[in-house]
Amino acid sequence: MARVVVDVMLKPEILDPQGQAVQRALPRLGFEGIADVRQGKRFELEVEGPVDAAALRRIHELAETFLANTVIEDFTVRVEEPAVSEEAPA
Amino acid sequence: MTGTTGTAATSAPTGPARTAGRLGRIGVVTFPGSLDDRDARRAIRIAGGEPVALWHRDKDLHQVDAVVLPGGFSYGDYLRCGAIARFSPVMQTIVEQAKQGMPVLGICNGFQVLCESHLLPGALTRNDHLRFICRDQRLRVENNRTAWTTDYTEGQEITVPLKNGEGGYVADERTLDALEAEGRVVFRYTAGPGTPEEQANPNGSRRDIAGITNEAGNVVGLMPHPEHAVESLTGPTTDGLGFFTSALARLVA
Repeated sequence: MARVVVDVMLKPEILDPQGQAVQRALPRLGFEGIADVRQGKRFELEVEGPVDAAALRRIHELAETFLANTVIEDFTVRVEEPAVSEEAPA
Repeated sequence: MTGTTGTAATSAPTGPARTAGRLGRIGVVTFPGSLDDRDARRAIRIAGGEPVALWHRDKDLHQVDAVVLPGGFSYGDYLRCGAIARFSPVMQTIVEQAKQGMPVLGICNGFQVLCESHLLPGALTRNDHLRFICRDQRLRVENNRTAWTTDYTEGQEITVPLKNGEGGYVADERTLDALEAEGRVVFRYTAGPGTPEEQANPNGSRRDIAGITNEAGNVVGLMPHPEHAVESLTGPTTDGLGFFTSALARLVA
């Protein structure tokens, strides 16, 4: 089964207090040098059948109407290639 | 639009028969995770109306003249607050009827549902300080011409409870400007006596917006809870009663 990943992020101009809280906690935990953190959501959709243009159109539609609130969020849709090995180096 | 609104009203007995024979029927939707549906029904009864319980899976509005979407955590606030409730069967009918003029009031989670349903513009986001806030909140009535605010005066200040974690109202600057220009900001957070002005806004809402209305003025959403301020025994005030008496006055007029 093919996997399609939808990433949803708050738009850059929308305040992300959760990301800020994470960023502020980092120095206390000894992690230095992280200037900013934005927190988002990742959806992994296991798609039945081929992931063709029509299927991707439907997924784009469901992301736009349901997974993301486009008033405050942006989203991306991508097909995840079947992994031969975990995290192959680029 | 005329005094009575919606398809439910046109099929009901007209004029004197309505006022003499029948209270205004206001439906209150219960979603899985709704909390304040009972208080909303109680507020309607105290205001002199007939509350009608509506179920999220039932498309039928049971001949109500108006609807309240109550506070709570519909569908566990999963995905986003109000995002799943928007697609419930009852909401399909409410969206249709609201577009035809039926008065709809969304309180807290109900406001979030109205924004997710695109009946109202903008969105509610996590409070800027990240804490759940629960306090009595002072509001200024900016628009007393909506279906739910005619019993207030413009500029009147009221105090009702506020309790939410995601009450920060956001919209793009153009939308905010349009809301201001069209008088669609219905309530703004304001400081009570003795409270510094910078503490008025409880959650980082843009332009101190606590509640807004649609262009027609029949759909109103706000984060604070008027239904918790209808009795002196349990509420900080009875300032919330005006929401329900406003709608009822319009329904039986």
